Amino acid sequence: MVTESDNIVAETAARIFADLADPQTINRAGDTRWKDKLWRALSETGLPLAWVPEKQGGAGASLAEGFAILGAAGRHAVAVPLAETLIAGWLLARAGIAAPAGAMTVAPACPRDRIVLNADGSLSGLSRGIPFAKDCEHIAVMAAGDKGAAIALVKTADCRVSEGQNLAGDGSDSVTFERTKVIRSAPAPAGFDPSALLLMGATVRSVQAAGALEAILSLSVRYANERVAFERPIGKFQAVQQNLARLAGETAAALAAAGSAADTIAQSAAFDDTVLLEAASAKVRTGEAAAEGSAIAHQVHGAIGFTSEHVLHRFTLRLLSWRDDFGSESYWAAALGDMVAKRGANQFWPMLAAR
Amino acid sequence: MSTDLHFDQIRLPPECDALRQEVRAFLAEEVAAGTFMPDRPGHGDSHNRAFSKRVGAKGWIGMTWPKKYGGQERSFLERYVVTEEFRVANAPVRLHFVADRQSGPILLKYAPEHIKQDILPRICRGELCFVIGMSEPGSGSDLFAAKTKATKADGGWRINGTKIWTSNAHVADYMLGLFRTSPPTKENRRHGLTQFLVDMKSPGMTVNPIYQMTGQHDFNEVVFNDTFVPDDHVLGEIDGAWKQATSELAYERSGPERFLETYYVLAELVRALGPNPDLRSAEGLGRLVAQLHTLRRMSISVAGMLQAGQEPVVEASIVKDVGTIWEQKLPERVRDLSAFLAPEAGNRVTLDEQIAFALKVAPKLTIQGGTTEILRGIIARGLGLR
Repeated sequence: MVTESDNIVAETAARIFADLADPQTINRAGDTRWKDKLWRALSETGLPLAWVPEKQGGAGASLAEGFAILGAAGRHAVAVPLAETLIAGWLLARAGIAAPAGAMTVAPACPRDRIVLNADGSLSGLSRGIPFAKDCEHIAVMAAGDKGAAIALVKTADCRVSEGQNLAGDGSDSVTFERTKVIRSAPAPAGFDPSALLLMGATVRSVQAAGALEAILSLSVRYANERVAFERPIGKFQAVQQNLARLAGETAAALAAAGSAADTIAQSAAFDDTVLLEAASAKVRTGEAAAEGSAIAHQVHGAIGFTSEHVLHRFTLRLLSWRDDFGSESYWAAALGDMVAKRGANQFWPMLAAR
Repeated sequence: MSTDLHFDQIRLPPECDALRQEVRAFLAEEVAAGTFMPDRPGHGDSHNRAFSKRVGAKGWIGMTWPKKYGGQERSFLERYVVTEEFRVANAPVRLHFVADRQSGPILLKYAPEHIKQDILPRICRGELCFVIGMSEPGSGSDLFAAKTKATKADGGWRINGTKIWTSNAHVADYMLGLFRTSPPTKENRRHGLTQFLVDMKSPGMTVNPIYQMTGQHDFNEVVFNDTFVPDDHVLGEIDGAWKQATSELAYERSGPERFLETYYVLAELVRALGPNPDLRSAEGLGRLVAQLHTLRRMSISVAGMLQAGQEPVVEASIVKDVGTIWEQKLPERVRDLSAFLAPEAGNRVTLDEQIAFALKVAPKLTIQGGTTEILRGIIARGLGLR
C-alpha cells in the first residue's frame, strides 16, 4: 500500500532526479560529472541508506518507501549505484552490520555464483555481473560459511575487479574474492540464505524496470502525437495506436507484477514460497515487458530513437540489461515452475488464490 | 487523457477467505452430486436452471446489489472471489452470469422502481437468464451502425429487425437490447439508439439457433416482427444510449473470466508434469504461472479500485486485452510443453482432450465482448492518441 510518507520520500527522490538526472541533460553533457552532483544530493537527503535503521546511521525508511524511490529512479533511468546501495544497506542491516558512507554494491548477483566464508574469516569466490562494483567503495556480500549463511562487508579495493559493462554502458564487473579480508562479518538471521538476496534484488530490478517502462510509454505517446507523417501525427494511425496500446499493456503488467512483489516483501517476515511466487513472477513478467516494450518504443520512434543523442536508449538499454541482474526470466521461470510442480496440481490454484 | 496507469496494491480482505472456502465446499458437493465435471469442459449443459437457483440461494448472484432488491451488499472483491472460484471449477454459470455481471447493474441504474423490484430479486434467486441484444448482421464492433428499429406506438414501442450472435437467447427470459429510435445526426453518429428491456416471451419474436465450430450452441439469431415493448421498459434516455455505456464496461472487461477461460489446461499440465519436470517444462510452466499471477494481480487491482469508487476504464480495457490474448495462447503453450510427455502419463488422455477443446474455443476469446482491435482503440483513446 502506498501511504502518504511513501509519497513524500518518492517525491523528494523524484525532485532530485528531475533537477540533477534529467535524461536529456545527461545525454547532452557527454561526460559523467553529473554523477557526482547527483550522488551528493542523494546522500545529503539520506536516500541511498534509506533501508538502514537510524541507529545504524541510515534513514530508517520503510521498505515501501525505498521501493517508491526505486520506481522514481526507474522513471529517470538513473545510472548511479542507488539501487545497489539500498540493497547493500538492507543486507548489512539483516546482520546488524553498520553501513559505511558512500556507494555500495552487493554480491553475488548471479544465481550460480557462490561466495564462501573461510574458516579464517576471509572470503573466496567469483561473482560475475556485479553492478557498479568499480564505482563503489564497499561491497556487501552474502556468503556461505561452515556455520551457515553469513553477511559480510568488504572494501572493493581489497578484491580483484575485472571491469565490464552492461548494454547501457553501466558497470557490470566481475569481482574475485581471493581470501579477501572482511571489514566485518556476521551470521545471517535464521532462514535468510543467498536466495533471499536474489529475491530482493529481483524485486528491486522489477520495480526499476516498471518505472522505466512508464517513462518509455510516456515518451512514445508524446512522440506519436508530435511527429507528423502523411500529413498527420503518426499517433492517428491505427497501426501505431495498436502498438502503443500493447506497450501500455506491457507497462501495466510490469507495474502490477513489480508493485505486488514489492508490497509482498514489505509485508513479509520470511522469504518463503509466497515471496518466490511474487518476486519470480515480477522478474519474469517485467523482463518480458522490457523486451516487448522496448521494441515497440523503438518502432514508434523510428530512426531518431536509434541515435545516441535521443534519450530513448537510456531507458531501453537499461531495461534490457536489468533482465540479467539477480536472475534472468529463464532462471526465475524454472525456479517458479519447479516450486509449482513440487507442490502439485491440487495445491496450484489454492496457492495462486491465496495472494 | 494520460499515460499514467494505476494498479493499486489490493489484497483480498480476510472476509474473502471464509467466503472462498464456502464456495469451494459448495462446488465440491455439486461435483460429487454429478452436476458438472470440472476436468471436462465442453461436456454437459452449461445452462443449468436448478444449479443457478442453488447458487442464488447461497446469495452469490447480484451479491453486490442493495438488499432491498435481493442483493447482499457485499464488496466487488467478494464477488471477484466467487467469480474466479466458479470459473476455475468450470461450473455451469451461463444461465445467470450475464445478468449478474451486466444486465443487473444496468437495470439498477436505469430501470423504473417497479421493474427493479420485480426483476432484480428474481435474478438474485437465479431464476432469470438475460441476453445482450447488441450485434446485428450489419453491426458488430461498430455498435452505432445498429438498424433494428423501435417505433413509437400507443403505450410503448414496436420493434422490427434482427439481432445476431445472441448468446443464450434460446433459454433466456429477458434481453437488454439496443434499438434505433431516431436516425443518427450529422454531428453525432452515436445519437439515436435507445436501450430497452425486452421480455423474450413477447409475441413477434423468433429465436433461430446458430451452431458454433465447437459443436456447442450458445449463439442465436433473434428476429423481431412488430414486437411490442411497453414504455416503462425503456432504460435511460431515449436516443441517448451512447452516454450510458462507458463506466459499466469496466465491470464487464476486467473480471477473472477474462483470463481464466482456458485455465484448466494449465492445471492439467501441472498434473501431467508431476513433481520433477525437466528444465524445459519447468521454465515453460514457470513463465505461464508468472503471467497468470500477474494478470490476477491486475484484475484484483481493478476490482479494488472499482470498490473504492474509481473508474479505471483504461486499466480495465488493458486487463481484458492482455488477459484474452493470454488465455487464447495458453492452449498452444500447453500443447508445446506437453509434446514430450510420455504417452502413458496418467492424465494424458484428459489433457489432450482439454487441449483439443481449448484450441477450438480459443478464436472467440479475443472477439467476444469487444475485439482486441476495439479494446486497443479504447486504450489508445485513454492514452491521448485519439
